Amino acid sequence: MAGTSMVADSSSWSTALVKISPYTFSAIGIAIAIGVSVLGAAWGIYITGSSLIGAAIKAPRITSKNLISVIFCEAVAIYGVIVAIILQTKLESVPSSQIYAAESLRAGYAIFASGIIVGFANLVCGLCVGIIGSSCALSDAQNSSLFVKILVIEIFGSALGLFGVIVVTMYVETCLELFSPDDDLLNEK
Amino acid sequence: MYGFEAMTFNIHGGYLEAIVRGHRAGLLTAADYNNLCQCETLDDIKMHLSATEYGPYLQNEPSPLHTTTIVEKCTLKLVDEYKHMLCQATEPLSTFLEYITYGHMIDNVVLIVTGTLHERDVQELLEKCHPLGMFDSIATLAVAQNMRELYRLFLVDTPLAPYFSECITSEDLDDMNIEIMRNTLYKAYLEDFYKFCQKLGGATAEIMSDLLAFEADRRAVNITINSIGTELTRDDRRKLYSNFGLLYPYGHEELAVCEDIDQVRGAMEKYPPYQSIFSKLSYGESQMLDKAFYEEEVKRLCLAFEQQFHYGVFFAYMRLREQEIRNLMWISECVAQNQKSRVHDSVVFIF
Repeated sequence: MAGTSMVADSSSWSTALVKISPYTFSAIGIAIAIGVSVLGAAWGIYITGSSLIGAAIKAPRITSKNLISVIFCEAVAIYGVIVAIILQTKLESVPSSQIYAAESLRAGYAIFASGIIVGFANLVCGLCVGIIGSSCALSDAQNSSLFVKILVIEIFGSALGLFGVIVVTMYVETCLELFSPDDDLLNEK
Repeated sequence: MYGFEAMTFNIHGGYLEAIVRGHRAGLLTAADYNNLCQCETLDDIKMHLSATEYGPYLQNEPSPLHTTTIVEKCTLKLVDEYKHMLCQATEPLSTFLEYITYGHMIDNVVLIVTGTLHERDVQELLEKCHPLGMFDSIATLAVAQNMRELYRLFLVDTPLAPYFSECITSEDLDDMNIEIMRNTLYKAYLEDFYKFCQKLGGATAEIMSDLLAFEADRRAVNITINSIGTELTRDDRRKLYSNFGLLYPYGHEELAVCEDIDQVRGAMEKYPPYQSIFSKLSYGESQMLDKAFYEEEVKRLCLAFEQQFHYGVFFAYMRLREQEIRNLMWISECVAQNQKSRVHDSVVFIF
C-alpha cells in the first residue's frame, strides 16, 4: 500500500505509527477539542465563582458586574463545542483500500492536531480568565473603580482561546480542501 | 508548587479568603479614629462606633458604659468572625486558624495560674480570660501547685501539650517562674507554627515566615529589655529566644549580654529593618518602643494582603483586629479618665 512503501526503510516505530488508522487520530482529536476545552472552562469558573460568592457577602453590589468573568470562561467552552462540530463535519468515510493513503493520513493527523490546538489553548485561556476574574471580584469589593481596569486584562486573556479557534479554522480549511472523495487521484490503485 | 497556587487554592480556600478580605474592608480607618479621638464621653464613642461594623454589638448596652464593656463586645465580634471561619475551613486551613489562637491559650493559662497564686476567685479570672483562648478544662487549672501537676493533670489533653516538654520542673510556681514558663511556652509555640508554615510551602510559607520572624525578634528585644536588672542569667535569657528570625543566631548572642537600653540599641542597629525602628527613638527612651514595634507590625500585616491565594491573610486579619481593639481600649480609657491629650501616644492607625 502507498503508506507502508513510503516508510519501508524506517524503524518499526514509524511503521507502527503509520498503521494506526486515521479514524483513531481524528476521533481522539475531536475528543480532546471538546474535553480539554470544557476542563479549562470549568476550572476557570470555579476559581472565579468561589471568590465571587465570598466577596459578595460583604459587598453585594459586585455580583451582577462580575458575572462577566464567568461568561468569559463559559465562552471558552463554547469555542470548544464549535470547533468539535466543525471537525466532525470534516470526517468522511473512505473506501478501505484508501485508509492508509497519504491524503487520508494527512486528514487524520490534521484533525488530531486541530483538536490539540484548540483544547489546550482553551485550557490555558479558561485558567487565565478564571484567576483574573477571582482577583477582579476581590478588588471590586474593596474599590469599585478597579473593575473596568481589570476587565481589560481579562479581555486580553480571553483572546488566547480565540487564537486557538482561528488557527484551527484556517488549518482545517487548507489541509482538508485537497481531500475530496471525488478526486481522481484516489481512484488510482 | 510555588507560583502555581492560583490554580488550586480556590478549591478549599477561595470562599474563606474572600470573606476575610471583606472583613478587612470593615477595619476602622484614620477618619474613624479621628472622630473617636474627639469624643468627650463613652456614650459618644458608642454612638460613633454604632456607625461602623461594631454597631450591632454595642447598641444594646445600657449606659453608663464601662471601657471593659466596649472592649468585651468588640472582642466578641472578632470571636464570632473567627468561629464562623473556623467552621467553614477544611484542613490545612483549620489547623492554621487554630494555631493563631494558641498564643491566647498560653496567656489564659498563665493568667489563671498567676491569679490563683495571688488568691483571686476563679470565676473572676475566667471572665478576664481572652475568649479566643478558651479550652474545656481551663477552670480546673486553679488547683495546680507546680508545673508537673499542671501538665500531668490538665494540659496533656490540650493543643499546648507538646510545648511543655521544655519547662516541666517540680519547682513551685511563683511569679518569676511563671514568666519564664510563659516565655518558654511562647517560644515553643512560635517555632512549631513556623515549622507548620514551612511545611505548607509556597506563598504561605514565605509570607508567614516574615511575619513570625518579626514576632520572634520583637519578643527577643522585649525579653531583653524586661530582664535588664533582674536576676535572670544570660544563659536563661538566651534559652528564651526563638530559633529563627533575623536575629538568630548572632543577634541573640549580642542581646544576651546587654545590660541597658543603649547596648540593646547598638545590637539592633546592625539590622537595617530594625534600625529604622530604633532611629525613631531618642537615646535613653524606651516608652515609645512598644508603639514603634506595633507600627512596624501593622505595616507588615497590611502588606500580607497584597498577595492572593495564601493563608497569611487570615493571620494578618486577626492581628489587625487585635490592634484595633487595643486602639479602642486606649481611646476609651483616655476619654474615661479625661486625658485626651495622651490619646495619640498609643493609637496606631491601620489605614
